[in-house]
Amino acid sequence: MSADEQLTLGGVVEPRTSLANETGSWRSQRPVFDAETCIGCGLCERFCPDGVAQEVEGGAYDVDLTYCKGCGICAGQCPVDAIEMVPEVK
Amino acid sequence: MTREIIKGTDAVAKAVVGADPDVVSAYPITPQTGIVEGIADLAADGHYNGEFLRIDSEFNAASSVIGASAAGARTFTATSSNGLKLMSEPLFTAAGMRLPLVLAVANRSISAPLSIWNDHTDTMAERDSGLIQLYAEDVQEAVDNTLIAFRVAEELKLPVMSNLDGFVLTHVQEPVDVPEPEPVEEFLPPYEPEQTLDPSEPKTMGAYARPEHWTEAKYVPHEVLLRAGDAIERATAEFEEVFGRSYGDAGGLVDTYRLDDADVALLTLGSLAGTAKDAVDRAREDGIRVGVVRPRVFRPFPGEALREVLGGVEAVGVLEKAISPGSGGPLSMELKSELYNLPDRPLVRDFVIGLAGRDITVEDVVGIADELYVDADVSPHEFAPDEEEVWPQLREEILPEEVSH
Repeated sequence: MSADEQLTLGGVVEPRTSLANETGSWRSQRPVFDAETCIGCGLCERFCPDGVAQEVEGGAYDVDLTYCKGCGICAGQCPVDAIEMVPEVK
Repeated sequence: MTREIIKGTDAVAKAVVGADPDVVSAYPITPQTGIVEGIADLAADGHYNGEFLRIDSEFNAASSVIGASAAGARTFTATSSNGLKLMSEPLFTAAGMRLPLVLAVANRSISAPLSIWNDHTDTMAERDSGLIQLYAEDVQEAVDNTLIAFRVAEELKLPVMSNLDGFVLTHVQEPVDVPEPEPVEEFLPPYEPEQTLDPSEPKTMGAYARPEHWTEAKYVPHEVLLRAGDAIERATAEFEEVFGRSYGDAGGLVDTYRLDDADVALLTLGSLAGTAKDAVDRAREDGIRVGVVRPRVFRPFPGEALREVLGGVEAVGVLEKAISPGSGGPLSMELKSELYNLPDRPLVRDFVIGLAGRDITVEDVVGIADELYVDADVSPHEFAPDEEEVWPQLREEILPEEVSH
């Protein structure tokens, strides 16, 4: 359920895929990609456990923050240190 | 309405068939077994035409009626003791999913040590499950509570547990008015579920709730339960209109006996109230002004009704057929929390008695009333907390050294 959704009797919802499971609010840190440094190797995409690191325009990579949980695995795998984990301040 | 001499389990079975549930799931456990056996007999004789499911465990007996209830069926199952423990996990789910199944529990102590006899440790441990809990004093009330349970469950969309004391009520024959199908239909209209699992309108029940929703999702059934007293009172009043039997002088939630001029009160659940009433009659012959208070419901806890009926007494003795190890008796804990903020509150003492079927005589209860009468002059503020709880039936002589006094 998205955060603004009204409660229903017994929490019944319509059928959904995991696309409805937006986990972006879980993060304590987020990856920031430097498109200049990025060499487009795609390791971040391969290792992202949520499949949200994706190729963007110009052959560089970035994440979909709607689903990114901020685990930092992409930053750990990047061979050229193009990904910096930045604390989320709420 | 036919009046017959009938065993508690058979009487409840007939009441269930009178309510005509679409699905009954059955898994045997003493002392409940007679209920589902009775329904099986009635089905074999052509009196019950719903689905009778023979299940392989209590977990699945509960799960199957949860599934059936989600599909829009009126459902019933029954259990006891450790069987209720195995049902516990799905029962929490049933309450959260707002599924109005009815569960009869033949109250029995929980292992270990193994015992088949009656107390309330099994259902007290389910007090946080979100089920409404009704307790019956005699077989007639167990029958009537079964019908009231279906009515309340379907109105509030919450599961209801209808309790009858194991052996004391389940295996005892009493003269009972067993409802005929006609008046049951008058009291219990056909079940019309608000939402059901339906392939033509797919939906998800029991889905995940994130922290943004869970607090509210839990608040809703809590609030519905807090207000459930009204629905139980209405159902009890309408039951009286149809069947002519009434329960509870505090609107169906609490029964009292000779309380009007009482200085002290004995408070208990279920069949023990019968013994307590006899004890009150006897104690009053000795000039002890004592009465009985019997909550018919434990969830929702009838705090307001209890504050009202206990307004005039100096001391309350809770006859406690359960123990929460390391704390005390659950019933007295609940009562104390309801009374705590009152400026002028009675002393509450906790008498742990009748665990696992230890016989409770009228003399036992007269002795408790006597002790309480002496305490009634002591202010609750002056009473030593470690003396509040007593075990009048404890056999000190067989205790191991570890806990001997």
